[in-house]
Parts: sequence; structure tokens; C-alpha cells
Amino acid sequence: MSTGTTKLDVVVSDVVPVNDLVTRFHFRRRDGELLPTFSGGAHVVVEMRDGERTRLNPYSLMGSPLDTREYTISVRRDDVGRGGSLFMHRSVKPGLEMVISYPVNLFSLDLRAKKHLMLAGGIGITPFMAQTAQLAGAGGNFELHYTCRTASLGTYADVLQQRHGNRVRLYHDDREERIDLDRLLSSQPLGTHLYVCGPAGMINWVRDRAAALGWPPETVHYEHFAAPQPGLPFDVTLAVSGKTIRVGEQQSLLEAIEAAGVDPPCLCRGGVCGQCETNVISYDGKFIHNDHWLSEEDHRSGCKIMPCVSRFEGKSLVLER
Amino acid sequence: MGITFRKETFRDDFTFRNSPEHIRRFPFPFHEDAYMYAVNIEPHVVGPKGSVLENLIDVDEHYVAEMQDRALVLAEDPLRCQSLPHMTLAGWDLLELLMEQQALGYPEHFTLERNGDRWRWINRPLGIDDTFTFGDTSTLPYGPMEYITRQSQGDFCILDQRDGNLWMDAGMVTTQADWSLDFDIGMNFFEWHAPVPLAHEKGIFTRALKFLTNIQQGKPARRLNWTMTINPRLDTSPENYHKWGPDRGTVTPENVGDKVHLRVELQSFWRLPRSNGIVFPIRCYLIKMDELVTQPKWARRLHRVIRDLPEELATYKGLTRYRPTLVEWLSKLDDGSATSPGFGPD
Amino acid sequence: MAAKTIISRPIYGTLSPQPGKHHLFIADAEGALAITDMAGKAPPGFFDGAEIVFIAGPEGKHIAALEALKPAQLHLPPSFASLLPRLKQTLTNAQMGLRLYLAGTEGLIGQAMQVALEAGIDHTSMQTEHRGSLARRMQCVHCKGITENVTTQPATCSHCGLLLLVRDHYSRRLAAFQGVCINAEDRSEIPPMEEAFP
Repeated sequence: MSTGTTKLDVVVSDVVPVNDLVTRFHFRRRDGELLPTFSGGAHVVVEMRDGERTRLNPYSLMGSPLDTREYTISVRRDDVGRGGSLFMHRSVKPGLEMVISYPVNLFSLDLRAKKHLMLAGGIGITPFMAQTAQLAGAGGNFELHYTCRTASLGTYADVLQQRHGNRVRLYHDDREERIDLDRLLSSQPLGTHLYVCGPAGMINWVRDRAAALGWPPETVHYEHFAAPQPGLPFDVTLAVSGKTIRVGEQQSLLEAIEAAGVDPPCLCRGGVCGQCETNVISYDGKFIHNDHWLSEEDHRSGCKIMPCVSRFEGKSLVLER
Repeated sequence: MGITFRKETFRDDFTFRNSPEHIRRFPFPFHEDAYMYAVNIEPHVVGPKGSVLENLIDVDEHYVAEMQDRALVLAEDPLRCQSLPHMTLAGWDLLELLMEQQALGYPEHFTLERNGDRWRWINRPLGIDDTFTFGDTSTLPYGPMEYITRQSQGDFCILDQRDGNLWMDAGMVTTQADWSLDFDIGMNFFEWHAPVPLAHEKGIFTRALKFLTNIQQGKPARRLNWTMTINPRLDTSPENYHKWGPDRGTVTPENVGDKVHLRVELQSFWRLPRSNGIVFPIRCYLIKMDELVTQPKWARRLHRVIRDLPEELATYKGLTRYRPTLVEWLSKLDDGSATSPGFGPD
Repeated sequence: MAAKTIISRPIYGTLSPQPGKHHLFIADAEGALAITDMAGKAPPGFFDGAEIVFIAGPEGKHIAALEALKPAQLHLPPSFASLLPRLKQTLTNAQMGLRLYLAGTEGLIGQAMQVALEAGIDHTSMQTEHRGSLARRMQCVHCKGITENVTTQPATCSHCGLLLLVRDHYSRRLAAFQGVCINAEDRSEIPPMEEAFP
């Protein structure tokens, strides 16, 4: 929902198959400078230009926040998804220039915690790579429990055990090793925070058991990727200035209006101040309201829109601008 | 060329003055002839040369004197600078931000040399030349937040972002308009704003919070806030209210121009990279009425704003005792003619 | 009943039984009734895993009612100060899954919460219910001293003697309301003291 983070021009510096399903990608800045530092758990959104189509996928940064000469992400190939991971596996080679967002963190550590208990399933290990590196660098108290299907699919398990010794426990499905979750959750000191990242089923199971065993919700953190989708392009008629504009995929409605030489009042460009409120004269389609200014009723009425953050899908839209 | 730093005081004999250039660059906060709360947040981008926005962190002619006043406040009351234990990493984030911005904007006064994690910081106006290890508190004379904010104008609040809310978990607060860091530290966004009248009902804080929790690295935002102070006193803390409060009763028609000051806060909001927190610098600017009215547009506009200000706001901003005297004094400079839109002087 | 005035003024709820096996209750005076009222909604066996710490008044009211709940432990310290070392130790040894319930005067709730916050328990996870006196703990913003059992508006700081406006602005960290000099601008103004927080 971020109204456009700053973008980074990068080049792919390495592509490393890790196992049958997972490949690691390394990025460096095209201008050779250090990449921005970040907090463990942050992700970047990678823009994938696949011919006519642009996809945006978030991937957790795996490297240590203490070393930002490059960013590394790991992508698990998903043969039945929307195609983003396939694109990465098939079309991204060293030397390719790409654009990524600045780091954004929706899964951050609670630094008040007296202990961080981490549960990872499969590719969910990635944010914990960065977080364990960050905590180890600062002498933090953590424990990581990592379930994977087989040893070979235990991406980075060796690396983690080498770095952190018995603070890492592994569980292999094919050897019938299971996390004894109830026992684990019943034996943590007060002030522990719990972090889980993995398949939806695993996250739900952990959250349910934690609640039943008395863990307050504020102490249970789970990664939920808010995958921002590029909007579909749409056409708009500006009735007052007599112009027709096309709002591109990567552009906000406000930016498109401004590009046409019309300057609505605006201030925050983030959907909260109300300055750019615009009346809708007519429409045939549906609104995608992303603001926090208009009321529910305004949203439903179809009479108003906040062009800095909201979009439209449909046949026609006429605005009073 | 650099800045010529003034020797002046913000207490006792109050020798603080603005040079003519600093009067014209003053961040006058009213763009129209009335005032009400709004979510007046906008992107914090560099503004015109010669304005307070020419650098994102502004250092002006009052820098040295302000830092001396800060040191006095802290010596009297160390509770003005506090950092809850989990906020040290955010303190390092802030140290990096302020060193980079001050060195970038004022290379004749500040230099930052980075060699891996061995950093050297030179602050010529304050005579500081320190080499330290970034991330290692034992290599600095104070914790990182205190170290750098003793060298930066304005107050700084560092907010931890958790559970969709912002928590004031660290701060250096010596130039505040009447709130106590020691009391408010640990509160969340709604709690520390609780005493502000009217704004909560208008949904101002809910919207502001949504915006702030979404601020991203590299895209800071800003807004202006204002109040008034009698005498150019930076330390108008509740802790010392029993010392400065009586000043409000000393305003007479003869001394308005000299004693009554407009106090403007340029607030900005920056995402901190390693801690994922937000830093909230509150940069304070003071101008006495005699200086302000050298810009006729400002004189007329300020008269109208203060005259028509809703009672609850006037009370909350502490203007009640001297408002009539101030309005009377300003009215003589208001011939009723139109004021141009926008903040700047004509 | 504590009324909602400003957002930083805490609002207390009604105790309700939380999931989990270990429950710690801390209460004073009429707060005992909040516990016995809640017992009606608790699942069978709830109190088998419960420890109750209760500061009774001088007449020992409500002790019998609490004994009847058959908690795993019932402690009867004479004062908050005396329960403090044991409470800190309990929390040091405790594990995630322990749920806290605080009931009674605002001062008791606030001070118990302070200790729990230090131990790493988030305030939103604690159950609280206010019963009985509205008397407040107040911190003088000028001298930082805390005055207990404030029932008047304004009130005198028991440390530095300034006359203070007892604000509704409350700090969880200090477990106190803020007191600010009420007549700083004109010391000759002495507003009459009235009972405001009985």
C-alpha cells in the first residue's frame, strides 16, 4: 500500500541454484554504491518486465543488514502460481538490469523481547536469515526451529547451523521429525516473542496453538506479504479541462492528471489529507479505493475519489477536473 | 562562506535576535487568514534556497547558542533525554541520519569520514573531532542519540513502530512547547496526543497515524505546528512551568513587540532503516512581534488568525492571558487589505 | 466508575477468563468481587491453575469468598510494598502463557501493571477491572515526586508543596496521573480544593 517507495536501479550479479526448487539471486546497485541498509524481516518488491506484462513480487532480504554491498533473495519455483517465480527462474540471468523497491518491513522484530522464538517452514526461512544475522551481531537471544520436506530442500540449513550452532533446530518431514509445538510454547520465559513464516497452514496451526496456550496476540508475529499489484491501465475523461488521459500501470491517477497539465490541490500524496478529493461525474466500472480520507459511504456512493492513491477498472470514468 | 553563528541567550537576559535574513526566511505557518487543525502533512523535499527548507535538516545562525542552552537544560535535568533499552539501534540510525545531513548541507562546518565502521565526525562550530566505531556505544562519550542530538538543533523523538501504532520510546526534548518527555515516554500516538483539544473528534490523529506508519525509507514527510511564547525562551517545559508561566502575565501594550514571540515547529518524519522506527525531529523557530511585523503581510494575517482563533485552541496554546493585549497591538497594523495566498512575505 | 475523558486516561474493563493454564490475580479491597463475579463465567477447573494475591482491608472482607474459589494459591500480603519481592520473583520464573488479571483501585492496578511491564508482559494482554475508590497516584511534573491517594482537585504535592492541577493525562510507565502547577501564572489565585476522586 506504500504510495511508491523510492526505486533502486540494480543489476543481477549472481544466480545460484540452491536445490531442486529454490534459486538464489544477488543484486548490486548499477552505480556501484552501497545499497540502503535495512532491518531484518524487510523485503524488496522486484519488478519483472515480462514482455507486455509487469509483475511485482515481494521477496525477503536474506543477507545481513550489516553488509549491504549486495542484496540476496531466494525464490521458490511455483509451477502453478501467477508466473512471477517462473519468470525469475527462467528469464533472470547475471548481468540483467532490474528495478527493485527500497526495503519495506512488515515483519519486524520486537526489540523489547527478552527472547525471539522463530518458526520457519520451507521457503519461510528467508526473513529469518537476515533477522538471525542481525540479532547475532548484537548479542541477541533467539532460537530458530526450521521444518523442511527433505534435507536437500532444507535451504541454508547448513549455513544456519554453522553460524548459530544449537540455536537452530531442524525437522525433516521425510524423517517424521515434527516440532513438538505445545511443549515448545509451554516452556518459554515471559517476554518471549514468537515469529512464524511458512505455508498458510503452518501459520494458522501455530497461531491457534499459541492462543490456546495463553500467548497474547501481540506476542505472535507472522509474515503476511502485501503484494502490491501494478494497477491495470485505465482511461479517464477530465470534464473541466476537456482532456482524456490514460493512467499507466506504474502511475497514480494523480500523476496522470498532473502529466496532462492539470494541477489539482494535493499535499500528502498518501490518501490522508483530503486535499485532492475529486468529484466523479459519471462512471461505468468499479473503484479501487485505497485512501483513508473518504467515509465508507463516500466509497460506496461512487461520487468521489482520491486520485493520489485510488484507481478504477471499467469502461469509463469522468472526473470534475 | 558558511554561517555566522550568533552569541545570544534564551534565558535570563534573553539576548536572542534574528538577523534580517533570518526574519525573511522565518517559516511563517499561516497560508490563509484563519487557522484550524488539519492533516497538513506533505513530502519533505528540498525547498527554495534561502528558506528553512534549503536543506532537509536546517542549521542556522542560532546553532551554537541553542546547543549551549541545551547543555544547560540537561545539566539541570537529565530526564529530558531518555531512551528505553530497546531503542539503542534506532539511536544509531539517527546518528547516521543527522551526521550525513549536516555534513551534506554545511560542508564548511561539518565533516563525516566513514571507513567501514570506523567513523570520524568533525563539528567545527562546537570544536568536536571524534573518531568512533559505529554500533559500539563504548566508543562514544554518550549513547548515540544523546551524542548527536547535543549537536543538532530542535527536539527529536524516536518512535518504535509496533502493532500498527507508534510508541514514543526515546527522545531528546529540551525545546518543547509544554509537554514532558519523562511523563510521555512509552506512550503511543493517541495517548501522547490525548491533551490536544478538538483534533481527536475530527479524526486527525487516525489519519495521521495511517500516513506515518506507511512512511518509507528515503521519503520523509513534514508539517508545521505553532504556538506563542513570552520572551525567546526555548525551554518552556512543564517541569519549569512554575518558572516561565508567570511571564505570561507580564505583557503590556508597550512591550508586546519585544516580548511576545511566535514559535513555529517544523516537524519532519523519517523512516529509520535498521530499527524500522520513525524519527520525529521538531525544529523550533522563534520570532518576536517587532521582527515579524517588518513583513506587513504577516502582521495583517497574524492579527486575523489570533483574533479569530477558537477559544479551546487559544486556551490549549496558553494564549489566554495576553491575547487581548496582543490582538489590540496587532490591530493597529491591520488596515484590512487583502493578504496574498501562501506563507511567504511579499 | 472511572469515566473516559481523554485518550490517555486508562479505561478498565471487566475481567474475563483467558485461554491458558496459568492465571495470576492481583487485587485489593473491592477488587475481590471482580474476581468472584468472573468466577461465574470461568470454565470448570479454571482456578486449579490460578494464584490469587489479595490485599484485604483491615477487616479482612472478601477473604472467605476468595478461599471458596479454591485457587491453587491464595496469598494475603498486608500491602503492595510487601507483595513486591514475591511478585517480581514469580514473574522472573514465569513462562509465556501466564495470564494476568488486576482488579481494585487504580493505584493497585497501575502499580501491579508497572511490575508486569518490566517483566515483559504487554499491557494490552492484561485483564483489568476497576472497583472501589477513585483515589489517584499523582506525579508532580516539577519535582517528579509521587503523591499517593489523591482525592481532591487541585491537590498539594506531598514532596515540594506546589498546588497542582490533577490532570487526566496518565502514564502507564509511572503508574500515575500528571500534576501540573495550577497557579504558576498567578500565585495569588488559589482555587478551592474539592473532593473529586472519592
